[in-house]
Amino acid sequence: MSVTDTDVLLDVQQLQASFLTAGGCVNAIDGVTFTVRRGETLGLVGESGSGKTITCLSLLRLLPKASAAITGGRILFEGEDLLQKSDAEMRAVRGGKISMILQDSLTSLNPAFTVGAQVAEAISLHQGIRGAKLREQVVHALRRVRIPDPETHLDDYPHALSGGMRQRVAGAIALACNPSLLIADEPTTALDVTVQAQYLQLLKDVQRESAMSMLFVTHDLGVVARMCDRVAVMYAGRIVESAPTREIFAHPRHPYTRALLDCLPAVDGPVHELTSIEGQPPDLAHLPAGCRFAPRCPLAVEACRAYPPETLVTPQHRVSCWRASELTRTPSMVTVDSVGASQ
Amino acid sequence: MSRFIVGRALQSLLSLFVVSLVVFYAARLTGDPTVLMLSEMATKEEAAQLRAHLGLDKPITTQYALFLKQAAQGDLGESTRYHRPVTDVLTARFPASLQLGSVAIVISILIALPIGVYSAVHRGTALDVAGRLFAVLGQSLPLFWLGLILILIFAVWFGWLPAAGRGGPANFILPAVTMGWATTPAIMRLTRSSMLEVLESEYVKLARIKGLPEWKVVWKHALKNALLPVVTFSVLLFAEMIAGAIVTETVFAWPGVGQLLISSVNTRDFPMVQATVLLLASLFVLGNFGVDVLYAWLNPKIRYAR
Amino acid sequence: MSEIAIAAEAPARIFRRRRIGLVPWLPAVVLVTLIAVGVLAPLIAPYPPLQGSLGDKLLPPAWLAGGSWSHPLGTDLLGRDILSRVFYGARTSLGVAALAVLVSGTIGTTIGLIAGYFGGTLDAFLMRLTDVALSLPLILVAIVLVAALGASFANVVLVIVLLLWPRYARQIRGETLALRERDFVALARIANCSHFRIIRRHILPNVVPTLLVLVTLQSGYVVLLESTLSFLGAGIPPSTPAWGLMISEGRTVIETAWWVVVWPGLAIVALVLSGNLLGDWLRDRLDPTLSRTR
Repeated sequence: MSVTDTDVLLDVQQLQASFLTAGGCVNAIDGVTFTVRRGETLGLVGESGSGKTITCLSLLRLLPKASAAITGGRILFEGEDLLQKSDAEMRAVRGGKISMILQDSLTSLNPAFTVGAQVAEAISLHQGIRGAKLREQVVHALRRVRIPDPETHLDDYPHALSGGMRQRVAGAIALACNPSLLIADEPTTALDVTVQAQYLQLLKDVQRESAMSMLFVTHDLGVVARMCDRVAVMYAGRIVESAPTREIFAHPRHPYTRALLDCLPAVDGPVHELTSIEGQPPDLAHLPAGCRFAPRCPLAVEACRAYPPETLVTPQHRVSCWRASELTRTPSMVTVDSVGASQ
Repeated sequence: MSRFIVGRALQSLLSLFVVSLVVFYAARLTGDPTVLMLSEMATKEEAAQLRAHLGLDKPITTQYALFLKQAAQGDLGESTRYHRPVTDVLTARFPASLQLGSVAIVISILIALPIGVYSAVHRGTALDVAGRLFAVLGQSLPLFWLGLILILIFAVWFGWLPAAGRGGPANFILPAVTMGWATTPAIMRLTRSSMLEVLESEYVKLARIKGLPEWKVVWKHALKNALLPVVTFSVLLFAEMIAGAIVTETVFAWPGVGQLLISSVNTRDFPMVQATVLLLASLFVLGNFGVDVLYAWLNPKIRYAR
Repeated sequence: MSEIAIAAEAPARIFRRRRIGLVPWLPAVVLVTLIAVGVLAPLIAPYPPLQGSLGDKLLPPAWLAGGSWSHPLGTDLLGRDILSRVFYGARTSLGVAALAVLVSGTIGTTIGLIAGYFGGTLDAFLMRLTDVALSLPLILVAIVLVAALGASFANVVLVIVLLLWPRYARQIRGETLALRERDFVALARIANCSHFRIIRRHILPNVVPTLLVLVTLQSGYVVLLESTLSFLGAGIPPSTPAWGLMISEGRTVIETAWWVVVWPGLAIVALVLSGNLLGDWLRDRLDPTLSRTR
């Protein structure tokens, strides 16, 4: 299923990563496959524990060495397999070609260094400039993320800034060297709602200016609707459905996606009751043999004991569900208890 | 930050005051120095005369007040043993202690910090285990015994180093290692645990995401934050260092203030005991104060508190 | 080299993370043995501790030339059997440690519980007191105090207690503060339990693990402190056998009779080390949040 378009920036194929836990060796992500084109934003959606963050860290090969490792697959970035690169080569990629914004800027910025110093480090690391020229670049980077009067903030420490400002600084660090791919791991979850909107707009604008691709990890479907061109839904370490955003909101084909959408209260009609997905995410050490969502799925059937292969609903829309073709009704009409549970 | 400093300064003064009180009264309790100073055939009148001369016949509170007054003027009395002003003896002895102490601290940090960092970074490996066992063992050794064993091995059996006394560089080695040992295991353990915590943090993750080489992640980003608890902890270590100085100087017959204290206690030299304890306590208090200031400066949250 | 290639090579090796479990058995056995030795010293020691003849002075250990098995570890300056004195020294050190830890632990815990539970000005006052006590340089004060009060077993214990209780107070107060906010305490208050009852039945049992860890860790420290004071001449008087004193006496003859210094020292190390290892293990099991340096 690999696409050799020159348009494709990132091509992840059957990525597999394992963790050592108290219960033994566990596949945190198993056969994850997706692509990101130049200039597009792919959303990665799922509950906590679905493997979103691990996927991101795997792309940068930053899994904790003592307890985790990538055990399979390929990560083709600009045509080259990142898993074949040496440590030195990866270091050049990190921050320079692929960079990342973490969720909580209060903990992701080093409290012992000034904001200016941290941005400067990112720049000088990949561009090798120093002195007055570096300072100029730092101010420019801060201005780019719309921090007012950047010169005055160069000597500020992270704790002195507001959450929104800090996350902008994190953005400045990530964008400092004009990466081709920006991974954003729930960058707005820790922000106030009003600040969220501004931040997202900022990211969108920067992306447009520089034709940057984004991998946007979030559990918030509203953010997805706003930011992402395409969406991939993850569950228990696998991607269960991926499609352009419009398509997935209008015609979700996987029961899990559908359930996620159902959790959003409808804006246009009366809200009878809030739905939630029954059950718990599976214990990765004790996964069911077949479809991993089956235990919680209201549509599960005998066939679900075997893992469903990926089928193409349309060339852009992939889903892994035996009953994908049956789920044609629109989301707001499908509730958890209106579909007969057949187990 | 100035508020912080003033608060700490006041606390330091209070401690000093308490120490001086305790010492003053305690020293008086050790017994009558005139007994040691006079021959057995001295008469009661002569003893009384001597006591009056030393000011020991006045009520104890008056004595203390007098002591404070004189101390403020820089007069700490005359040593009943050496028959010289106490300050003279102290200034003669102090440099020896200072030198030994400085070398000991430097050795201690030079050994403990890298081992602690290495232990944390290579957690779980054989070297980490060895390092930790080394630290626990170190905290289980009596300092004076360590010194004696070092003397036994290096001076008596191998004859490489001198057994005692102050002198050239060779004379420094064993005492400095011994004295440094008072603080090395603790610093090692604390650095390790502090680093372990810091290495799990998000900002270390971000440093790697930026593409920084691992050594920079560890020694620049991680260590600067990890050192903060170590610096705070140094407060407790000052007590250890002073204890270490006293013991080490005694074992190695190093002519410093620590050894002076012991001998003065044994000879009931009140003024000397008082002054020495005051000096050491002041150093202790000053040291703590200095550490507090350093901590405030290192921690941006206090330094730039609004 | 490809990360997957490394992973494929030896999947088990990637995850090799040696877990360092401090085996509690060895230190526990050593500790129990030493305690037994101390307690049973009068029964198992071959000689009374103060008995010695100058004719037998400075005999080397049995396996060296000139030694004999009647004095397995050799004799000291006064011809006294070192093995017996080491046994009796265990008695002394353990006695001091047990007493000091018991008394300072009781005082410190009481103060800590009161300060933590009642809070307010009482807490502030007690903590100020504790701070001042903690800020005094331990050994300085110990030396002067013991010299002032005279060297004796009781005085050494007293001095150590005076200097040790703040550590318990601090720690227990912190725990009490946290526990005070817990639900079961609130329920007890609603049920109209008296303060004393609440402290005794609800807070104290929860504080016991921390106490246990502190006690084990502090015992080693007390033994070190006592032996250091004895060594400096500001501790146990020479009439009682004590390891620190033995080492101090052996100092003058270290060049010719190393055994006088070595055996008591090894005993100290054995006792303190096993106490520390056991304490560390206990802390890892019961209360990992305690400071990891002592």
